[in-house]
Amino acid sequence: MNDIVLDAPSPLAVASDFARARESILTISHLTVSFDGFKAVDDLSMTIEENELRVVIGPNGAGKTTLLDMICGKTRPTAGSIRFRGEELTRLSEYHIVRRGVGRKFQNPSIYEDLTVSENLEISIPQARGVWGSVFFRKTKAIRERIERVAEEVMLADHLRMKSGKLSHGQKQWLEIGMLLMQDPQLLLLDEPVAGLSPREREQTAILLKKIAAGKSLVVIEHDMDFVRSIANKVTVLHQGRLLSEGTVDEVQADPRVVEVYLGH
Amino acid sequence: MTLVQKHGEAAGHAATAIALLGIIPLALDAFWINLVGKYLAFAFVAIGIVLSWGYCGILSLGQGIFFGIGGYAMAMFLKLEASAPELPDFMVWSSVEQLPLWWEPFKSLGFTLFTILALPIAVAFPFSYAIFRKRVSGVYFAIVTISLALTVNVLLVGSQGETGGANGITDFRTLLGWDILGDGSKRTLYFVEALLLLAVMALAAALVHTRFGKLLIAVRDREDRVRFSGYDTAMIKAFVFSVAAVLSSIGGSLYTLQVGLITPGLIGAVASVEMVIFAAVGGRLSIVGAVLGALLIGFMKSYLSEQFPEFWLFFLGGLFIFVVVVMPNGLAGTLQRLVRFKA
Repeated sequence: MNDIVLDAPSPLAVASDFARARESILTISHLTVSFDGFKAVDDLSMTIEENELRVVIGPNGAGKTTLLDMICGKTRPTAGSIRFRGEELTRLSEYHIVRRGVGRKFQNPSIYEDLTVSENLEISIPQARGVWGSVFFRKTKAIRERIERVAEEVMLADHLRMKSGKLSHGQKQWLEIGMLLMQDPQLLLLDEPVAGLSPREREQTAILLKKIAAGKSLVVIEHDMDFVRSIANKVTVLHQGRLLSEGTVDEVQADPRVVEVYLGH
Repeated sequence: MTLVQKHGEAAGHAATAIALLGIIPLALDAFWINLVGKYLAFAFVAIGIVLSWGYCGILSLGQGIFFGIGGYAMAMFLKLEASAPELPDFMVWSSVEQLPLWWEPFKSLGFTLFTILALPIAVAFPFSYAIFRKRVSGVYFAIVTISLALTVNVLLVGSQGETGGANGITDFRTLLGWDILGDGSKRTLYFVEALLLLAVMALAAALVHTRFGKLLIAVRDREDRVRFSGYDTAMIKAFVFSVAAVLSSIGGSLYTLQVGLITPGLIGAVASVEMVIFAAVGGRLSIVGAVLGALLIGFMKSYLSEQFPEFWLFFLGGLFIFVVVVMPNGLAGTLQRLVRFKA
């Protein structure tokens, strides 16, 4: 398999690397959202470092998906702040957050079923996002190669011309990850990327995510503890919207509070 | 897109060109040619609906408003020419003594043409962008637009003195001194319209094949995903809605020229719904289908409303239900399936 798709950092990015050397890519502080008085996320603070692969776990209703929704702008927090490389995200619209470098994968594979795999990837290219730009967009050689590279990355190189609706469930999950890679985000938010996948596909996905994490930061929501163990550096456990525990997989699994929440009373 | 589809589409455009420029003018007399011209005016509207509804999922039941902008602008120019230096007759009957200020610029053909192209954008773009930003879409957008169509219709009927009221604007026969009602000029007008339509068809087909065309489908099927790929989807939707509005307006102006009148009935809710049916019957994903649908329903309407004036609307409603249930992609979609089946 090829190397992970990584574009060379721009000179500007290199120059500012020093400035933010001690800054985390994502800093969440005192984040709260309530829906009709129900606090789905309650005074949550956490940070994600550069090139970190963080897994968020927790029982149903712990606020995991809501957390990702707030980072990417789908849900507006009631209070608190989310800073991405020093910039406040809570006031930006979804597409502006994406343009800053935050990519989101949804729980159910969210792809354009009427378009081919290649077209799905093409639409996700970060250039020509305006109306006129997309009318006069030309698929250059560089772009075609980029599409092929990403397709290979997500194990879909043989299906570029296939209508994506005909892909298997696992391939759809990979396609959506590929679409994120096309956007070249700095932070990827993945909501249960291996839900409904076979054991073999889970293994392949774990390898894929670890390769991605070599150059980007990831926040992954997952239930499957074996899978979590195979990818995570650090795990955050949420319970009823609050941070319950944080640490390595072993630390977290040994935490009596976590055991209690998962095993019940 | 498969090879069969690509060739099928090109063949469809070529067949339409041969039919419009060759067969119809050779085989039909002036009366029928004029009738075809009348229905072709709706084909412009239907192509706009294919782009906005078929490709981007925006169901507007108010396309009559834009049809009316083009139709009335053209009619105002022609009426001023016909009645100069007097006031238009309907104003005199309503004892309007001076030409309303907003009529003045329509003495100029240049301004009139500019209005036909620019006013629909000036109305459609800000209105729809504001609505799409608020995430209003689907059936709610349809309700908003049909209400607007009703409102505009009522306004036009109500202001008899300035718009001709329920009778609309009629009784004009020259364009810059050129008689538009003679058989020869009707033929010329028909050719102008057919050529314009073919150009619009080619442009629409080209647009669908760009990355923007794929974006339209993507927005229709997964607007959230497109938004989270960094696009301002409200802008994309407002743009395609504006394109549909301009096409509607062009259709309206040609209708006025072909038929020699424009009435509020062509702007209201029923007319606007009919326009959507043209596209649905022809095939909401097919540009050729839109033209076919406009012609077919047009002729059916003429025939049936003469034979069964009481029941015509039931036929239309029944046909719409039949198409939606049995042929979701309309005549063109069914034809494509048959061709693919044989190939």
